[in-house]
Amino acid sequence: MDSVSAQRKVRELEDALAAIQDRSLLIVPADYGGVAMEATRRLVARGIKRLRLITLPTSSLQTDLLIGAGCIEEIETSGVNFGELGPAPRFADSISDGSVRIKDATCPAIHAGLQAGEKGAPFAPLRGIIGSDVLAHRPDWKVIDNPFAQNDPIVLLPAIRPEVALFHAPMADAAGNVWVGRRRELFTMAHAALKTIATVEKLFDGNLLEDKSMAGSTIPSFYIEAVSVAPRGAWPVGLSEHYPEDRPHLLDYLRLAATREGFQQYLAQCALSRRHG
Amino acid sequence: MDEVAQAAVAGPQEVFIYALAQQIGQARHVAVGANSPLPAAAAFLAQQWGNGMPIVSMQEFPRYNSFTDGGRELFDAAGQGRIDVFFLSGAQIDGAGNINLVAVGEYEHPRRRFAGSFGSSYLYFVVPRVILFRTEHSRRTLVERVDFVSAPGTSPPNVYRPGGPAALVTPRCVFTFDRVRGRFRLESVHPEHSVDEVHEHTGFQFDGSRPVRTTAAPSEEVLRTMRGPVAAKLFELYPSFAVQVFGSAAQSTR
Repeated sequence: MDSVSAQRKVRELEDALAAIQDRSLLIVPADYGGVAMEATRRLVARGIKRLRLITLPTSSLQTDLLIGAGCIEEIETSGVNFGELGPAPRFADSISDGSVRIKDATCPAIHAGLQAGEKGAPFAPLRGIIGSDVLAHRPDWKVIDNPFAQNDPIVLLPAIRPEVALFHAPMADAAGNVWVGRRRELFTMAHAALKTIATVEKLFDGNLLEDKSMAGSTIPSFYIEAVSVAPRGAWPVGLSEHYPEDRPHLLDYLRLAATREGFQQYLAQCALSRRHG
Repeated sequence: MDEVAQAAVAGPQEVFIYALAQQIGQARHVAVGANSPLPAAAAFLAQQWGNGMPIVSMQEFPRYNSFTDGGRELFDAAGQGRIDVFFLSGAQIDGAGNINLVAVGEYEHPRRRFAGSFGSSYLYFVVPRVILFRTEHSRRTLVERVDFVSAPGTSPPNVYRPGGPAALVTPRCVFTFDRVRGRFRLESVHPEHSVDEVHEHTGFQFDGSRPVRTTAAPSEEVLRTMRGPVAAKLFELYPSFAVQVFGSAAQSTR
């Protein structure tokens, strides 16, 4: 990769997000994986529409905010809530009234679909699921008889190839290599997605792939479409092993988002302005 | 650990945790899902009894995350039989052991929509001992038939299923699950609760003959362990819950 295009990987946030368009098939990680909240607020402010969102495999504020702001047409997820803080109000309302289509999944099915995607294989087999209503509502999931045994039904899941993966990580280097530590589901996401966008806390001084202690936890730049520096870019969600979630803020959100009007107020205060925590 | 003499001093949630911990049995590796303080406490208690065994994994807490290959590793390890015990709950649980984490009412236009099935549709099949727990024991939660099956209690014989429900612990009692009959059996009723009360508040039929024994309350020694090292570990993860159950002891024993 020549140095000119490599350097272009680190961009202003607005430019970095250019690959995410209306109707994009977008994948985002669970809260423990690094949630790109600053980028999400930017997408909301842009007025993005009809996203098809996949959560790997669960989500909280990011999904609730995008749904409340009318950005989502369809969601594939294994679960959306705020952990011990309670249910996700905009998610629950929008699924109940049918304004957002849902493809209910189970955590390992999303992981397995992405693993098929990263191999370029058409599908992945997975145990369990048979006899559940999750399977009954997923016409895209098939049950076949294990061809290596007899009378052994098993579920096949189609490969997941998201158009864009978006996450927040501790750091990247100027070449666009992104260090994710032990959050290896981000590798799977980046491998399976056509384009990957990462926001990071800071830039690493040097080349991450040339540092032996860092290289194994680094997603190489050839998977990365764009990187943008966004300090505290996961706020008010936490960044695992860096900073905790902002509980008072999340509780404020849940109080406001209990009603549509309250949610609009939150949106005006927090998502559409550039205020940080 | 069977003495009931200390029942008066064990709080209802301590009885609950103790009952959950006793269901763990001999295990190498116990995994606890997100937002599960009661199972976390039970797993820590079992770990105290076993001098550090079983391994207790909680993906969302870096200190208790035994995995280095991403979110999928728990499920891959479980698929191989490396995870012995897991805990599941449900908005609804029915008499056939089916659990519902998705919706009450019609799926397309539910009366109440919940978070989703998480890993249940898979882990219920592959983890040998799945311990069910429900903090509300009522006809609203323990129903004749769930509205949505996130994961079925039993499967036809040709479906690969080394795992499934072992027991259901509630604030009133302990049920064990008979995988052949596909039904719960009332195992014990917690101190200060009655069999009649369990019948009154349970929406499904279950087996069991009277007299039903009383759930063992934690002994003084077990209570010391719970209120000491277990409370301290729990406080790091679920501070408000730990203080609610163990009071200021949770903080002072750190």
